[in-house]
Parts: sequence; C-alpha cells; structure tokens
Amino acid sequence: MVEMVSRPYASAFEKFAAGNPDILCLSADLTSSCEIDGFRDRHPDQFISMGMAEQNMMSFAGGLGLAGFRPFIHTFGVFMYRRPYDQLMASVAYPRRKVRLMGFLPGITTPGGMTHQSIEDISVMRSIPNMSILETGDATEVESICEAADSIDGPVWCRVLRGSVPRLFDTPIKVGEMRVLSEGDDILVVTSGITTEEAMRARSALSKAGLSIRHIHLHTIKPFDHKQLLDHIGSVRGGVVTLENHVTEGGIGSLVAETMADAGVGKRLVRLGLKDTYAHGGSRPYLMRYYGLDALALVRGIEDLMGQDFGISEDDLDAARVEDVHSLVKAEAL
Amino acid sequence: MRNDKTTEDVALGIRRRVFEHAMRNNGGYLSQACSAAEQLAWLYHEELKLGAPTLPAVPKPFEGVPSADNPDYHTGAGYNGPFAPEFDRLFIAPAHYALVAYATLIETGRMAPEGLEMFNKDGSSVEMIGAEHSPGMEVHNGTLGIGLSTGAGLAYGRKRRGEPGRTWVFMSDGEVQEGQTWEAVQACAHHGIDNLYAIMDVNDQQCDGAMDSVMEVGDIRTKFENFGARCVEVDGHDLSAIRDAAKETHEGRPLIILARTSPFHTMSILEERFPRLHYVRFKSEDERARFNTSIAADLGVDPIDYAH
Repeated sequence: MVEMVSRPYASAFEKFAAGNPDILCLSADLTSSCEIDGFRDRHPDQFISMGMAEQNMMSFAGGLGLAGFRPFIHTFGVFMYRRPYDQLMASVAYPRRKVRLMGFLPGITTPGGMTHQSIEDISVMRSIPNMSILETGDATEVESICEAADSIDGPVWCRVLRGSVPRLFDTPIKVGEMRVLSEGDDILVVTSGITTEEAMRARSALSKAGLSIRHIHLHTIKPFDHKQLLDHIGSVRGGVVTLENHVTEGGIGSLVAETMADAGVGKRLVRLGLKDTYAHGGSRPYLMRYYGLDALALVRGIEDLMGQDFGISEDDLDAARVEDVHSLVKAEAL
Repeated sequence: MRNDKTTEDVALGIRRRVFEHAMRNNGGYLSQACSAAEQLAWLYHEELKLGAPTLPAVPKPFEGVPSADNPDYHTGAGYNGPFAPEFDRLFIAPAHYALVAYATLIETGRMAPEGLEMFNKDGSSVEMIGAEHSPGMEVHNGTLGIGLSTGAGLAYGRKRRGEPGRTWVFMSDGEVQEGQTWEAVQACAHHGIDNLYAIMDVNDQQCDGAMDSVMEVGDIRTKFENFGARCVEVDGHDLSAIRDAAKETHEGRPLIILARTSPFHTMSILEERFPRLHYVRFKSEDERARFNTSIAADLGVDPIDYAH
C-alpha cells in the first residue's frame, strides 16, 4: 500500500525557510492553496502578500534578488508564467536572479480547466536561457524541492504537487540526476511528475506479458544529462516511450526526441501526453484516462511501439488510487 | 559627484550633447532630452547620493549576457558608483531615454565623452535602448512598466536590511497605461515601502503620438494617490519646484513626483514634428539643416558640422 502524505510542501517549506533570513515567501492570493498558510501564520516576518498581481510579483521578486534575497514565489503554475511572461523574462530569467518559482497544479492536476492547467510550461521554460526546471513526482520529492531549488545558482521553475501525495521514493531530489526505477532491456519508459506512478502501476502486468521494462523518472528536466539518457536508450533492444502530464510538444517527449536526434539514435520513440489539445475540468483519474496519460495509455503506447497486442486490460493493472476531488487537504480542489 | 557646474548647466549640457548626436546621426531621441534634462541633471547633480564610478570612463565593449558561463558579467550600474548600504540606486525605467541618460553621465563626469560615440554601434555596450550592461543601467527596462516593480522589490529588500540608501526610478508617463504600474503602487502602499522614489517625465508623448490620442489616462496624480502613493505634481523644467517636491513627507508610502514637461522645451522647432516626436529622423537635408540652425540658436551653440 502506498503511503500517502498530507500537504508535504507545507511542512517542507516551513522546515526549510523558517529562520533563514534570506528566504522570503511571496504569495499571490493562493496562500492556503499553495500550502503556505501555516508558514504565513507562524512566520509573518518572512511572508509577503503580493495580491492578485503576478506581473508586479515577478519584477518585485527580481528586485528582492537584487537586494540579495532568495524569494520563493507561490501561485498556481499557470498564473506564474502566462500573464507575467515578459516580467519573468526581463526581471528574473535574463539577470539570473535567484528566484524560486513554485508552480502548483501542474498539467491536469486540477479540475479548474484550461485557465488553471499549466500544460505547456515545461516547453516554455525549457526554451528560456538561464532557467532550470525541476518537477516533483512524489511526496519525498516535494519534501526536498526547496533545498534542491535553492542549491541552483539562478532561477528555478518547480512543478509542485500538493494535497495528498503518494510516497514513491525514499531519497531526495539530487539536481541533475535521474531515477532508475527498473533496469529492463526491452523498452525504455521515461516519465516525470504524476505519470511515474502510472508507469509503476503498469509494470507488473507488462512483466507478466514478458516485457522487460527499463523505467527512468525525471525530476530534473533542465539541466539535463543527455549522455546518461543515451546510455539507457542504448541498453534496450526496442524503443522508447515517454509519458508526461504536459503537451508532447516541448516537454520530456521532445527532450528525449531531441537527445536521440542529436545523437543519431535510430530507435523508435512514442510520445504520450496531451496531444495538441487543451484539457477541461474534471477529476485527475478522469482526465488522465480521457487524455491518455494513465497506465493503460502507457500499455497501449508500448503495444504501438512493439507492434503487438499484449492483451492487457485495466483489470490487469495495479489499482489506481482514488482521489477525492474535494477533500480536507484541498477544500476547493482548484 | 559634484563639480563646479550648476544643475542648469548640466541640463543644458545634456541637451547640447543629445542635439549634437542627433545632428551627426541624422536623428535621435531629441524630445526626450527636451523634456527630461532637468530631471536627470537634478538627480545626478544634486539629489542622488552616489559613490564614485567603479567602471572605466570609456565603456568597455559588450561582454556577454548573464549566464553561468559568463562569470565576469557586470551591469552598467558601476557608472553610478558601488553598491553600498548608504548609497542610492537609480533605475531608468524608459530604456529609450538611454541617450539622455548617457549624456547625463558625461555631464556629471561619470563617463567619458567618447562613450557617446559608441552609441548604437555593433559590439558596443552603449546600446540605443539601454540594456542592463549599458552605462548607468542596472536592470533591463526595455519593457515599459516593469521598472517601478523592480524598484519596489529592491527598496523593500533594502529597507528590510536596514540600508539607509534610497531607490529611485526615473519613469515616463506612458507607463501609467501598463497595469503593472498600478500593481506596483498598491504593493508599495500595502507594505509601507517609503524608501522608493520616482520622478516621472510627464511630457504627454508616446510612440504613436500624443498620449491623449493614443490612450487617455485621466488624472494620474489622483490615480497615484488613490492607489496609495504620495504624489506631487510640478513644472518639470523648474528645478526649485522639483527640489521642493522631493522634500514632501511620505511615511509608509512611495513618493512619486510628476514632472510636467514640454517635449520641445528649448528646441522650439521640434513643434513642427508634433505629434510624432518619439524618435526624430530628418526627412530631408533641408529639414536637417533648418533644425541644426534653429536648435543651435536655441541652445546657444554653433550649428553642428555634421558633414564630418
């Protein structure tokens, strides 16, 4: 049974930031939604309420960086870059300010629909010079995201999970590394964020079908160790399948494709994720099924890659966690 | 840094240098020098508490943008002196005023006159739209509306660290069309950021022409006050009025000085080009010659021999 951790960011951020005078906590009116309400209440001297004004928050954070502070700014990921993209570029990314951009509700992890779903943020951030990108896939990674982000000399984009988060790993994020979750030699599966748990659900069924899966989980998307990925690709007989909570253009599917193309690797690649589409509002399991981001979608992707049907159905997969859309840990769910 | 000049001398010197540059280069940001010379002269010659420059008088070529692979990267803020707790900092929010700002650095002995010859030349740090590596610049402000927010963040941080130095922002009036300006003011008021000062060149001009024809902004003094700033409106060519405005008390809120100016002050022939004053490029040799003669007479100098 997977251990579930309630509001891991809340305690992790407080433990990390409290008493560190150069860390300031900025919020744009989504304080409890970003799990920093306890920090605000207990450490008001380190908390700065910026209101619903993301453009000012971004440049203001750049100014704090000039004064030697390392601001952690909190809002939903989508509000962190779509509206204040120019400010993000000019005030944070270009001058390499040590601003830590904590973006909550990555991809379809919200029933809020298009306006709340950051589905192309990795693509955007990957193309920004000086920007680093981290993504959390479990509670341990959420618990270690603050240290990991703050170890980076420059701005960092973080996709943070919140609410009730499964614990899949027992070691913290080590910036620049990747997790090897299984070392098979037929197919390489590359996942990040919430899709890693889905790939783990599919693993035993695939194994029973006789497939040997090599599974890599990415928490560091930029900078990226292309050499290590190429070694893993070279270790499998078949091709590569990527599965991401993001559009397939510009995300980790593109990252793998670019790595393969640059190195002249001739293996097949199947990229799974949002296919040139926005999503709509709904529960996470519903959206993952509807848009093909779940364990079954991965199985179908592998069948496509191998050109054969393994006869795996939903019943053969490990149980999915059932999440309440509304719960005590995230009352509004947005 | 002070010298024997009066602030009026500095302002006149700024205009003469910008005029000379515009004649030699068949155009330039003339009207910005007309409207803003007193403000920048006053800031650098009287009001700002700055240390001696830390960068060479003749600007070095462009040395790369900030990156992990460029450890020697520095900004142009060194022309304003070192970063020290007691010193003021200045952001030039409208980066297209760079020519006027560079002329100010020369007139106040912070940059060599040769620096202006590098203006807008390939490979030069003396860029046409001031970049953060350009003389006198510390942050990128090429996008209008971001300067006050950045200044607010810096001011907040400095106040938190107990630094007595102030943060000043030189602004342009077109920036009030950007929502971010108002976000910044309300944040300053909410957080009591009173070590932030701005002086705004209210010349009623923007790229497309007169502001009221492009986007009417109404009574911006009242707007600033309503958003939580202390705001004083003065004649931007009247130095004593500017001096008095800067003395206004503004506890718990930023002080914003609206300097009402004329975009053809001291260069009356520019009025011929109204309302297209943003960047004046001469349309014919005849026009260039007429402007040369007229402005030279206004400024009390000989016409520029721009053939050489």
